[in-house]
Amino acid sequence: MAEAVAVKAGVSRFDLPQVLKEAALAAFVAFLLALPLAGLHLTAGDQGAMVVETRWSWVAIGVVAVFVGRLLLAVLRAVRPATRLSSGVAERGRQRFAAYLPYAAVAALIAAVALPFLPFSDRYIVDLGTTVLIYIMLAWGLNIVVGLAGLLDLGYVAFYAVGAYTYALLGTTYGWSFWVCLPVAGTMAAFFGILLGYPVLRLRGDYLAIVTLGFGEIIRIILLNWVAFTGGPNGISSIPRPSFFGLPFTRRPDEGEVPFHEFFGIDYSGEHRVIFLYYLILILALITNLFVLRIRKLPIGRAWEALREDEIACRALGLNPTNIKLSAFALGAMFGGFAGSFFATRQGFISPESFVFIESAIILAIVVLGGMGSQTGVVLAGIALIVLPEIAREFAEFRMLVFGGAMVLIMTWRPRGLLSHREPTVRLAPRGKGAG
Amino acid sequence: MTDALLDVEHLTMRFGGLVAIDDLSFSARDREITAIIGPNGAGKTTVFNCLTGFYKPTVGRLTLKGHDGERHLLERLDGFRIARAGVARTFQNIRLFPQMSVLENLMVAQHNMLMRASAFSIAGLLGLARYRDAENEALGLAEEWLRRINLVESADRAAGTLPYGDQRRLEVARAMCTKPVLLCLDEPAAGLNTRESAELNDLLLDIRESQGIGILLIEHDMSVVMRVSDHIVVLDYGEKIADGEPEAVRNDPSVIRAYLGEEEDSTLPPEVADDMQSDAGARG
Repeated sequence: MAEAVAVKAGVSRFDLPQVLKEAALAAFVAFLLALPLAGLHLTAGDQGAMVVETRWSWVAIGVVAVFVGRLLLAVLRAVRPATRLSSGVAERGRQRFAAYLPYAAVAALIAAVALPFLPFSDRYIVDLGTTVLIYIMLAWGLNIVVGLAGLLDLGYVAFYAVGAYTYALLGTTYGWSFWVCLPVAGTMAAFFGILLGYPVLRLRGDYLAIVTLGFGEIIRIILLNWVAFTGGPNGISSIPRPSFFGLPFTRRPDEGEVPFHEFFGIDYSGEHRVIFLYYLILILALITNLFVLRIRKLPIGRAWEALREDEIACRALGLNPTNIKLSAFALGAMFGGFAGSFFATRQGFISPESFVFIESAIILAIVVLGGMGSQTGVVLAGIALIVLPEIAREFAEFRMLVFGGAMVLIMTWRPRGLLSHREPTVRLAPRGKGAG
Repeated sequence: MTDALLDVEHLTMRFGGLVAIDDLSFSARDREITAIIGPNGAGKTTVFNCLTGFYKPTVGRLTLKGHDGERHLLERLDGFRIARAGVARTFQNIRLFPQMSVLENLMVAQHNMLMRASAFSIAGLLGLARYRDAENEALGLAEEWLRRINLVESADRAAGTLPYGDQRRLEVARAMCTKPVLLCLDEPAAGLNTRESAELNDLLLDIRESQGIGILLIEHDMSVVMRVSDHIVVLDYGEKIADGEPEAVRNDPSVIRAYLGEEEDSTLPPEVADDMQSDAGARG
């Protein structure tokens, strides 16, 4: 074994032609990719006509960078051969890391609460924070279905849409308030979750993913085409904004209403609503998190995980797979619905364009990247996946390229997600000794 | 026949034109270990799959005397309802929940009791005392079984990381945590070394003595079968060719023929005869 490792390390250290060949191959692939991506640039010419510019220097820089990078990687590997041989060491490191997690979580929570009042934060930062929290909440909800129950759901955005449209329609048609609509939207989404769950009870893995993908598209296309009911592509606008216990966030309120700023005797500022929305989603997300953390330790949560591990064994132990799957779909969808109605009230306008497949993909990516089933991992991945494209705006048209590259890097570095350590839901605590 | 724990009557299972089990009848009693043996492809696992609801038998009636003496017709029940009626099983290729801890595996087995106590999670979410009591009770039962299989120390390990023999015994313990009246074991000794196999024998005898339930056993390892079973049913090509006490089955000419093939002269080769002799000695 040790010999084999030494031989392998030796190969990567001394086999220069092999390393050069690999680097050349990587550079060639980079050339093929860079040719259309960086080499050709469309600009508007004198009379507004399209002009294709060529940027060969960019291509050259890219190819050389990849070639040198691949060489450096090979050298690095040779210098530090196989550090992760012993899985036991890695496991212990992970456990030590897990011991710090509660402190990290508390610190993150304090940071999240303080965010709107930090010196550098402005409207943009708080808005971005709200977006991140929506995705974190969605991912926490999806974590029930994908992370715990192991049911690959590519159509999660459908429940988000159901929640958003439920609130938008009830709010604009009947003038129901956000707080009344929130549980209704959750219930509607849960109902749709069961609706999706029934036909896919027997499916697993790839097949399940395809059907859920189709389900998500069906919902979106219905929303798009049922113009009389949903407004079709025009969407629904002037959705009622939430109020602070009956105090609206408006400069000039309707007759008989006292606005938020007058009640508290402060000057009107558009930021009040932004900050209020931020805290609202923070509370909703935390409720989601607490619920998932708690239910994971209950029999139903353990049954979800057992179902993910082995459905046949579950059956043999008297667990009813139908109920367990449907409850996972329903509860996961319910949180999607909550997040959806928050989204509707925050935007004030929704249309089917907000609920396209890429949204499902991003939510799923957050769950997978975070480490399936890890609640803390979702936070890290959510921040990474939503904030990264914002930072990458500087790279203009290469923004999504940077995003994709970062995802590839993370998955190579941590194939099982950022936090893959799983904590048992129950232990034989000292209780055993005390009672016995 | 009526006082038996399990009555299998005229069980037939056809897959298209293939008759896997043909008109099989036998019964199993509580406080007894009943072994089903037979050459490869004789239909032993098919019997188990019919019994535990993974297949629907083509013909036949399977009657189980449940916890309070009520009768269940297993051929009419879904798999998970059969488990609730009191039939627990293990699998030929171990089916634990590998990423869950050893203790969690035993807790999942008590799902139905805990689910009722948690009022479908509502009492559990609120942390009511009635759920906490039920959880403590379940933990108590799990701990008791961990002691029996000597895995208390490993309670928090992921079940998939246990040595093979421990996984086998954990699967048996998990099945027992469902509080069954009939425990069905599909080749529990497969792949075990001598020491692990002996530990498993002790566990099975202990379950028979202390739990007072019936055990149905499929096994290839004759040393296990002869040592622990009270009653043996021999299958060949889906038909029962012998049924009785180990001693009688061992000497049944049709069994010997099924296992060793037709001999020109009906005497056994000397090695085989010696083997059987030593087995008999070990049993006594």
